[in-house]
This record gives sequence, structure tokens and C-alpha cells, in this order.
Amino acid sequence: MNFAEHPKTLVNVDVNGKSVRYEVEDRTLLVHLLREHLRLTGTHVGCDTSNCGACTVLLDGDAVKSCTVLAVQTQGRSVRTIEGVDGPFDGRSALQEGFRQCHGLQCGYCTPGMVMASTALLAENPDPSETEIREALEGNICRCTGYQMIVESIRWAAEHGSPPPNGVSP
Amino acid sequence: MSLVGARVLRKEDPKLLAGRGTFVDDLSPAGCAFATFVTSPHPHARILSIDVRTALAMPGVLGIWTAADFSEYPDVPGGLPQFERPALAIDVVRFPGEPVAVVAAEDRYLAADAAAAVLVEYETLPFVSSITAATAPNAPLLFPHHRSNTVTSVPMLDDAERELAKSYGRARLRLTNQRCAAVPIEPIAVLADWTPSGLTMWATFQAPHHLRNYLATWLDVPQNLCRVIAPDVGGGFGAKIVWYPELFLAPLLSKWTRRPMKFAQSRSEAMLQMSHGRGQEHDVEVGYAKDGTIEALRLIVSQDLGAYPDPTGLGLAVLTTWMAAGCYKIPKVVTGFRNVVTNTTPIAAYRGAGRPEAAYTVERIIDVVARRTGIDPVEIRRRNFIQPKSFPYRTHNDAVVYDSGDFPAALDECVRLLDLDAVRARQAASRNDPTAPLIGIGLSAWLEIAGFGPNGSLEGFGHLASWESTQIRIQPDGSAIVFVGSSPHGQGHETTFAQIASDELGVPFDRITVVHGDTESVLQGVGTMGSRGVPTAGSAVKVASQRVLTKAKRIAAHLLEAAEEDLEVESNAFRVRGSPGKSVSWGDVAWASFQPLRLPPELLAGSLEERLFQESPNFSYPSGVYGCVVAVDRRTGRVRIESMVLVDDCGTVINPLLAEGQVHGGVAQGIAQALFEEVVYDHESGQPLTSTLVDYLIPSAPDLPSYIAGRITTPCPNNPLGAKGIGESGAVGAPAAVVNAVINALSPFGVEHLDMPLLPEKVWAAMQPGAIAQGQAS
Repeated sequence: MNFAEHPKTLVNVDVNGKSVRYEVEDRTLLVHLLREHLRLTGTHVGCDTSNCGACTVLLDGDAVKSCTVLAVQTQGRSVRTIEGVDGPFDGRSALQEGFRQCHGLQCGYCTPGMVMASTALLAENPDPSETEIREALEGNICRCTGYQMIVESIRWAAEHGSPPPNGVSP
Repeated sequence: MSLVGARVLRKEDPKLLAGRGTFVDDLSPAGCAFATFVTSPHPHARILSIDVRTALAMPGVLGIWTAADFSEYPDVPGGLPQFERPALAIDVVRFPGEPVAVVAAEDRYLAADAAAAVLVEYETLPFVSSITAATAPNAPLLFPHHRSNTVTSVPMLDDAERELAKSYGRARLRLTNQRCAAVPIEPIAVLADWTPSGLTMWATFQAPHHLRNYLATWLDVPQNLCRVIAPDVGGGFGAKIVWYPELFLAPLLSKWTRRPMKFAQSRSEAMLQMSHGRGQEHDVEVGYAKDGTIEALRLIVSQDLGAYPDPTGLGLAVLTTWMAAGCYKIPKVVTGFRNVVTNTTPIAAYRGAGRPEAAYTVERIIDVVARRTGIDPVEIRRRNFIQPKSFPYRTHNDAVVYDSGDFPAALDECVRLLDLDAVRARQAASRNDPTAPLIGIGLSAWLEIAGFGPNGSLEGFGHLASWESTQIRIQPDGSAIVFVGSSPHGQGHETTFAQIASDELGVPFDRITVVHGDTESVLQGVGTMGSRGVPTAGSAVKVASQRVLTKAKRIAAHLLEAAEEDLEVESNAFRVRGSPGKSVSWGDVAWASFQPLRLPPELLAGSLEERLFQESPNFSYPSGVYGCVVAVDRRTGRVRIESMVLVDDCGTVINPLLAEGQVHGGVAQGIAQALFEEVVYDHESGQPLTSTLVDYLIPSAPDLPSYIAGRITTPCPNNPLGAKGIGESGAVGAPAAVVNAVINALSPFGVEHLDMPLLPEKVWAAMQPGAIAQGQAS
């Protein structure tokens, strides 16, 4: 089906280490390229004002809200989503394992965004204090946990040797 | 070793952490189309015309429908006859955001384009956006046939004036329990696929069987052709047991377009279309003796229902009045309430649903009495507590008999964890130092009604029944599948129920799977709300597992040629006590259970399967004492929580890690209500001012403290587990603790009360000269 009302652009982007070519309408948000076109549905949408952070992904290693980035802005860049996170803890990264160990998630909807935001935090600051963790997560809302166990999850990861984020070219 | 009581890590987590969960909007079957609403921009208006021509001609549009297209279908299942909500507004819109038309298109972008191109002509009508406006003389009416915006009311039978007048002192407060939004991070999403073989619908919902029951009736299809699935659900907090129009329209649009049809709210839509919570105004008065003993309490509640009475919304004030006396032995308690419609989003359950409002009010007024009498807030609570030996305790309402509790012990533990003497010393020092923030200390001794419930309790809210169901199935290899009717949205049922089943069956935790949320596979179900998961469904799992084990032992005894009573289950096997070599594995027993030749004659193949509808003889009553220490910035009025102590009594704890998580989350919402959150309507324009998360202040991590959790345990006598439920506790107990702490900090300024949320501006204003009057109780 072709609804050629809106201009389209061919986007070349590296997603989780794989190079992707996709023609999208210029107005397409990155989160919709990921979810609707590439079917990477681990990245969620919780608001439309960049407040909740459920859609957080890494763009060239930086945590960004993929609901506020146009897909065409990722031209030639690299995107990492929750599907691209893995590690030595039964396939999980230290952060993912920390969330499991410390009950850092309940419904799990905000969790991929939390994991991505904290992945960026630990890449920059491998041993953050509680205050630093809380401040770094200012843009991510969780309605279930009250945050304490999320903070503990990230401390767990810091203490259990979070390996440097793989698959990201800074 | 018993798993009940152990900090077991969750089964749910690996897939959710890998981004491999399945939320409704993650599903996209072949040919899936997307639908969205055209909504009213007005609080109250007559619809003069709807012009869809331009929109219909737009690319990718599959159809546009208005109320007239659904005229052969009933209204959305409602709370009250003649106040029902149509699926799409008919002739009149009654709140900003009310759907008036629905557009289906190839994708969500095209649907949004087309919705914006639908032209609706309105004639605006006078509106009411508050209880005060709605109940004023000659107020504009939402339902003119009723001649009043007060749709139901229960007057007091006796105003307690005699008892109040006799008291040594009287204290009265008018307070508002402000309108809040539940804001589960996953908004409402529905996907319906109506095929020639029947309807399958995926919905983010707390009670899939409940939805199936109503949907099949509404559509007039038999239930065998109507399958509802609640897959992973991204939070609910009460807002996902409400009859939203898209739940009913999605199947029809799927049928008519012959395409799978998805609705997925944006947050801006959710802020207007998802039900709100709280929205009560209280007029409370107590009479007290010189020693602080409360002798009488009168509570009058006005409940804002929003534009249409929701079945649960109508019950909120009932629960509030039931719980009006809290943890206290008050000889005379009288209550009354009225339910009022306004031109605002409908109000329904939000975490605690009527009980946070009750707990807040009684805990505020007792602090006022403490202040008036000069009695320590700790001591005045102790003097008025219902004593541990007084249970079961009959309250002012026949329906409410408190099950168990030890309020003095919880208070002692809270005081200990607060290190109260040290905090008070710090507080005294801070008051004398004009550069230091003002320290405030607040307590909240609360209890709530939960574990819904005894027969008849949920039927009143439109549910099929009040039991919860389970089905335990032993597979031929001895692993087990536990089906439960209570479908979770973050609570961790897959883990806690497996813990319970593992203990009872002797089957290892890793060999048990809990299945929920699908009306095709799960026997029947009521749902997850009212802190009922563990008390009802958990108890069902316990009892059904015991019954399975009894039969498994009979088979094992037959295989071992031993007596049943000599068998014990240990390490996944049945062993004969005292004969170490004599054992048979659970797997062998399970295998044999399907082989008639190996079974004892009284058992049939497949008999290691048990189904159970667990009823409860009474509600459960979780309780606790919370303590809060705040620091108030004298220059800005900003409140910082220094310490938050949470002593809960939820009876038997299945998994302390998960129970603590539930409390934290509820407390975060309670703190948020106390300090940040309020759904605001502009009374001049009737417009919502908090329709995005920019304006509606959900706290994030830097806004909230760490919590210090304590616990006491008095088992609930009304269910086999002894569990009371824990989902709502935090939201019930926290607001009063925080507000009492702030008012305590402001006491040098003569402030006795401020309404929530205690935003810096309000707190700052109360500290300014001449501000005392507005914060004064009477």
C-alpha cells in the first residue's frame, strides 16, 4: 500500500549492530521506525511530551527519547535498543541482572527505557552514588516501584562489574 | 524449606528485561488497522453536525463512524440507569475529551490526520467543573431529566449532634481529597480481531473475564465465540477495570472492516479519557474528651463522579464512609454522602479507591485534636486505638468487621524506626535556627478494607461474583501448570502463586508455570483489584494444590504399596517415612496418573487436576503505621522528605521482596498525591489544565526518598493463607503521614490544615504573615 502524500526518505542506520535501510515518511518518529517497521517492540511509548522515558534508546551511545527524534535524524548513526543489550548474566547485562536481583521492575513497561538510561549512566559514571543515580533517571518515570529498588538495581550493576556497553561505537 | 516467606526472584523478569514482553500495542497481526477518536474540545456542548467528507477522502482512511452507526447497540455498561454513557456521544458532549466519532485508517499517523479533518459543529452549553458549581442553585444540569447533578445520596440517619455537643471539645475540618490520575505508564490499548470463527480481543485490562462477560452481552455473541486476552499489562491501579468505549467499538470496527483493529491511546488522550480517581470533599467533625479520647465522629462526603457514573465510582464514597473511623474505637460514628456529576472525565477506582480518602481524613482530624489538646500525636493515637484483643471488631457499619491487627505494636515499631526522640531534638533545634529548614514529623495509623471479597461484595460493582478461581494441572512429567482467574499487571502472580503451589505440592518452583489473562485457557476469573490477588486467588491455589497432593499421595501409596499416611513429599519425590530406599518421584506418580492400569481403582486417569472457586467469609483489613519526616525550605516552601518509615501488617507475606515493592509503589503514589499531583480544570473555561505529563506532575526518582520498611504480622483469619493483601496499602497510608509532617513543620505559623497537593507555592504562602486564617480548622 502506498500513501504517497508525505515525503519519504531512505534512512541508513545501524540498529543493534545491523545496518538497516528503510524508506520512511519524514515525519516518522524513531520510536515508530523501531516498533512499527523494524518490529523491535521492546522500546515502549508512555507519553507524547518526552517526560516518561519509556522510549529511551541509545543514539551513538547517548540516551535519547526515541519519541522525540525523527527517524531521518538517525541517518548514518547507530541506535541501540533493549533488544541489543546482552551480557554475561545468563544473557543479561549486569544492569538487567541488577533489575532482576533487586526487584527493579513490576509491570515492566518502563523497564527497557530504565535499562537504556542507566546503561548510558554507567558508561559515563561506572560507580554512581544514590543521588547521581536518581538525578540521572530524572527523565524516566516508573509508576510501580517508587524508584528505590531501581536505584538498588543500578548499584547492584555497578558493584558487579558492569561491562562496558557492547555494540556501541561512541 | 518453605518458599512462602522467601525472597524469591521473579519468573516474569527475564522476558521483560529483554524487551520480549508482549503488551497490546506490541501486537500487529497481518492487515492490522488503527482507530482513533475524534473528541470534544468542550466541557458541555450540543453536537450540531459532524462532517466527515474531507476526512473520508483522505488517503488510507477505512471508515468514520458516529453515534448513529451504533444505534442498535446499548450504551456502555454503566453504573446507573438513565445516566449511562453512550459509546460515542449522542447529541450532547459532557466532558472535554469525550469521543464523538471514530476513525479507522491504515496506520496511526493516517488515523490522526483524518481525525483532525473531521469537522464537528457544536453549540456550547453552560458547564460545571466542580462539586461546588454542580450543586449550586440553578446549576447547569448534565442530565436535565434528573433535575439535579446529585445523582445518588445516602443521608445520615442521625447527625450525632447530641454526642458532639456533649463533648469537651469539637474539631471540624473541611478538606479536599483532590482528583488524581492513575497514569499507568501503558495507556489504554485494545486490539480486536473479528474473524468468521469468532472474536479475539487483546486488551490492557485488570479483569479479562469480566470484560469477556460484558463484551459478549453487549455484542450479543455467545461467550464461546468471544475470547479476551490481557497479555502483559503495563500497570493499572484501578484505571483498567473501567468500560472505555474502545473496548466495545474495536470488535465492531474489526467486523465491519474485516481487519484486525487496534486502538492505542496517546498520553494526552489518556489524561482526558482514562478514568480519574479520588475527587472527594469531606466535612468531618469530631467531639473529644479532655484526655483526647474521640467520642463521636461525623463525616459527610461529596464525591465527584465526573460526567458519567462509573459502577466503581459510585462505590467510592461507600467505602470511604465504611472506613471513616480508621484504627480507632469511636463510640458514635455517623456518615453520609452524595455522588455528583460534573463536566469532567469520569472518576473510578484509583489505587485504594475510597479508602485512602477515609484514612487521610481521620488521620488529619486526630492530629488537629492532638494539637488542640496538647497531647502528643503518638499518645493520642495510642489512647484511641482498637486494642489487639478486640478482634473481630464490629464497626459502625454492619458490613465492616475488622479481622485482626495490632495497632499499638505497629505504632511502637514505627516510632522506633523513626528514632523519634532524636528527630524531635533536631526539630527543636531547627525551629530556633532561621537559616535551617523547618523539620516536621507526621504519623499515619491507617487501615483499609481489602481482599474483595465475601459473596455479594463485587457483584455490587457489576462483577459476576466475588470468588477467585484456580485450576491446577499436573503434566505427565510431574511439572505443574497453575491457572488463575486473577490477572496481574505488575504484581508478580507468576512468582507468588508458584511459591504457594510449590510449597503445597512439593513440586519445585521451576517446574511450575502460572497461566492467567486468557479467557480461553483460564477456567473463569474475576480480576485483580482491591488488594485481592493473594487473599483470594492465592488461597485458591493453596487449597487446590492441597487437594491435588492428597490424590497424588494415593497414587504414590499404590505404586509403593505403602500407606498414604506414611508418605512425605520431599525433593520432588514421595518417600516412605523410615524407609529411606522406598520412594517414587513426582514425575513417576504424574506419569502413572494418566495410566489406568497403574492407578488405584478409585482414581480415574487425569485425576491430578483440581479446580476451585475460592470464596471468602469476610474482607481482610491490612493496616499499618507510617511515619514521615520532612524538611520545609523557609524561603521557597519546597518540601523534602527526609525519612519515610513504613510499618505494614498485611498478614502472611508470600514474598517479602514483592510485598515491599508493592508498598514502595503505593507509597510513591501517596507521596505524589500529598505533594505533587492534581488534575486541574479551569473553572472559567471548563478546560483541563493537566492534560500532559508536563503539567501533571508524576514524581521521578530525584523527587522521592528511600523508604525504611518495617513489618508486624497478624494473620487474617478469613482465608487459608492468612494474607490480607498489600497492593493498596502504601497509597492508603502515605498521604496523611506526609501532610501531617508538613503541617507539623508549619505549626509555628499557626497552620492547622492545608489541602493537597502541598506544592511549594501553597506552603510558602502559609508561612507568610497574615496567612494563618486560610490554614485554620474550626
